[in-house]
Amino acid sequence: MKPKEIGEHFILSSSPHAHAPAGVSRIMLDVIIALLPTTIAGIWFFGMGAVWTIAVCVSTCIVTEALCRLLMKRESSLGDFSAVLTGLLLALNLPSGIPLWMAAVGSVFAIAVAKQVFGGLGMNPFNPALAARAFMLISFTGPMTTWLKPLQPGRFGGACEALTCATPLAAMKPMFAADAAASATPQAGEGGIPQLVDLIVGNMPGCIGEVSSIALLLGGIYLIWRKVITWHIPVSFIFTAWVYSLVSGGAPAHVQILTGGLMIGAIFMATDYVTSPTTAKGKLIFGFGCGLLCMLIRQFGGYPEGCSFAILIMNSVCPLINRWTQPKPFGA
Amino acid sequence: MKTTKSKFKFSGGVHPPYNKELAREKPIECLPMPSELVISMSQHLGAPAKCIVKPLERVVKGQLIGEKNGLISVCVRASASGTVKAVEKRLGPSGMMVDAVILQPDPEAMDEETFPPLDWKSASREELLKRVEDAGICGMGGAGFPTSVKLNPPANKRCEYLILNGAECEPYLTADYRVMLERADRIRIGVEIMRKILGGCAVRIAVEANKPEAIAALEKAFADIDGNVEIVVLPVLYPQGSEKHQIYATVGRIVPEPPALPIDVGCVVENVGTVVAIADAVEKGKALLERVTTVSGDDVVEPKNILAPTGTKYSDLVDFCGGLKESAAKVISGGTMMGFAVPSLDIATTKTTSGILLLSKRSVFQYISGACINCGRCVRACPMRLNPADISKAVESDDVVCAEKSHVMTCIECGACAYVCPARRPIVQLCRRAKASIRARGR
Repeated sequence: MKPKEIGEHFILSSSPHAHAPAGVSRIMLDVIIALLPTTIAGIWFFGMGAVWTIAVCVSTCIVTEALCRLLMKRESSLGDFSAVLTGLLLALNLPSGIPLWMAAVGSVFAIAVAKQVFGGLGMNPFNPALAARAFMLISFTGPMTTWLKPLQPGRFGGACEALTCATPLAAMKPMFAADAAASATPQAGEGGIPQLVDLIVGNMPGCIGEVSSIALLLGGIYLIWRKVITWHIPVSFIFTAWVYSLVSGGAPAHVQILTGGLMIGAIFMATDYVTSPTTAKGKLIFGFGCGLLCMLIRQFGGYPEGCSFAILIMNSVCPLINRWTQPKPFGA
Repeated sequence: MKTTKSKFKFSGGVHPPYNKELAREKPIECLPMPSELVISMSQHLGAPAKCIVKPLERVVKGQLIGEKNGLISVCVRASASGTVKAVEKRLGPSGMMVDAVILQPDPEAMDEETFPPLDWKSASREELLKRVEDAGICGMGGAGFPTSVKLNPPANKRCEYLILNGAECEPYLTADYRVMLERADRIRIGVEIMRKILGGCAVRIAVEANKPEAIAALEKAFADIDGNVEIVVLPVLYPQGSEKHQIYATVGRIVPEPPALPIDVGCVVENVGTVVAIADAVEKGKALLERVTTVSGDDVVEPKNILAPTGTKYSDLVDFCGGLKESAAKVISGGTMMGFAVPSLDIATTKTTSGILLLSKRSVFQYISGACINCGRCVRACPMRLNPADISKAVESDDVVCAEKSHVMTCIECGACAYVCPARRPIVQLCRRAKASIRARGR
């Protein structure tokens, strides 16, 4: 074929003319894939309550996102899957027995108030799912702290046992106060602390997606392998919390890091791009701050769990951390 | 002479698909003289040459048609004997209108060399330097810095290392690879001449590890050279061919931020093609009138490495490769990372045209750019250790002062940031915009 004549136009654009395959939607999809193990574990332990909570959160987030963009007269942003991810993350951070209308209100808050008001993906100062969780914890304190016992294996489909109980964290809270030297350190299996195997697999009361440490770790490994996240935030977060609980006494350190929202927080919530620092040094500081604040709240705060508040507080200092940790240019 | 591995690794960098297999096995072929040449007066970095010919004037090959205009400038010579058809503004590869001489070559003309050959061993340093300047040689790797200026550092600065850039890290391009493979002996002569001009410095030849055949050819050609000469094998990483990163990778020195130059850390970097041009200018009396250009991409029938006169229109090169497969969607002057997309095939080659890529619709990536999601990929990829995300956001809100404070002037526009950006943000374009307004303000 003849070359093009003058006047016929080729596509013009600025360099570079090559692009890495990973786009925003692929990254969001990868995070959703990484959440599948813990989603499945949550459904396994908490049954249809978990299924309904997840379904309501995800669909409400999608509808809210679409409506917001429509009202703001901006192009649809459903294609980037960030609304699906926010819905899923919020659901995984709720107890399975939450009334569904509350889950829907939380989802509307996550998308409309915590995200789109600021201009949508990339502009929000706080992690939308965690902001919504904090909003719900304050607005619906009772239902948000009512925990159902996990289903016995093989009883899937049946109603969750209506027995409510305390999470291991609530049982562990007074242990900080007890004189560590005077009383023997409680061991796994006593005083409301589950057996080690239950801690790892997730057979304990808690939020839908936070109980199964092994499933969360699996997701984390997938994210690091896919280069979606780096190791810095999860490792510094968990390591800081572990060292803190070793030093502070109370419940055994491994129990502290395997319970509550610490694992899901360190792997999935604190690593949210928009609200965490960009440099490796910044990420280490961010993870350290999250771990420290989380443990301080667990020991001294009004709530048994401090993971979401710790991350939200660190979200607010993220711009500062970014400023402190600017890389020094090559040759400067 | 020995071959070593690079001991210094710069931070950042990316691995774009190289696609070099399309043209790497194609030996350099000579293009028959085209029916028209468009010779730009602005083929180099610095002030454009001053055109000294008029329409209907007869010129002979090698005749001066553009005078060097100022200190940082390079002269332009006629790439063929023939008649000047016009002197007018034409669109250059970078999208700027440039003065150009439209030349109709005379097919009957005899091929004569421009200068008498010089014996580099007996010639003085000044004679050699004058020859490089008269031959119109500028850096052929892309930037086109005047070579005679580079080889003549100020009296208070000494060149300790002459570094030969054979990295060719741009995707698709294989012109330098073929030159190293086929003209290693010419490179050696060029090195000896440059070493004499620079006053006996150490020599480092930098080649990326994915070119073992080129390394072998150079090892053979340089086997019995005396003095401190090393071939340094660099890891395959874009932008390994960037001057500053090459200096770091070969000798471990860091060039300070602009306006500092490599000579400030005792280094002179030259592209391997330029070294051959120097050897030819001195030994054979040939002015820089032709160069090897890779014509590649998935939309050209037969990708080739072509030796063509400067001023050859892209359409002539494409015809020589059997034409287009389909109607190309994008034409790039240079490689995919730093090349310029051009609007037509009517544009002509210059001394710095290392490649022309013809890409079909399938391999052209079109996208809508979104908001920055703060993922930090660009920060990790930037070989200059800048924060491209912050700079691009500052430029978007017209905060050029903030961009300048974030060292935007240090940006080398390598494109690593925009390559990895998942939101497909035009980061390089935004950096260029900031640089342009900072420069305009400085004037």
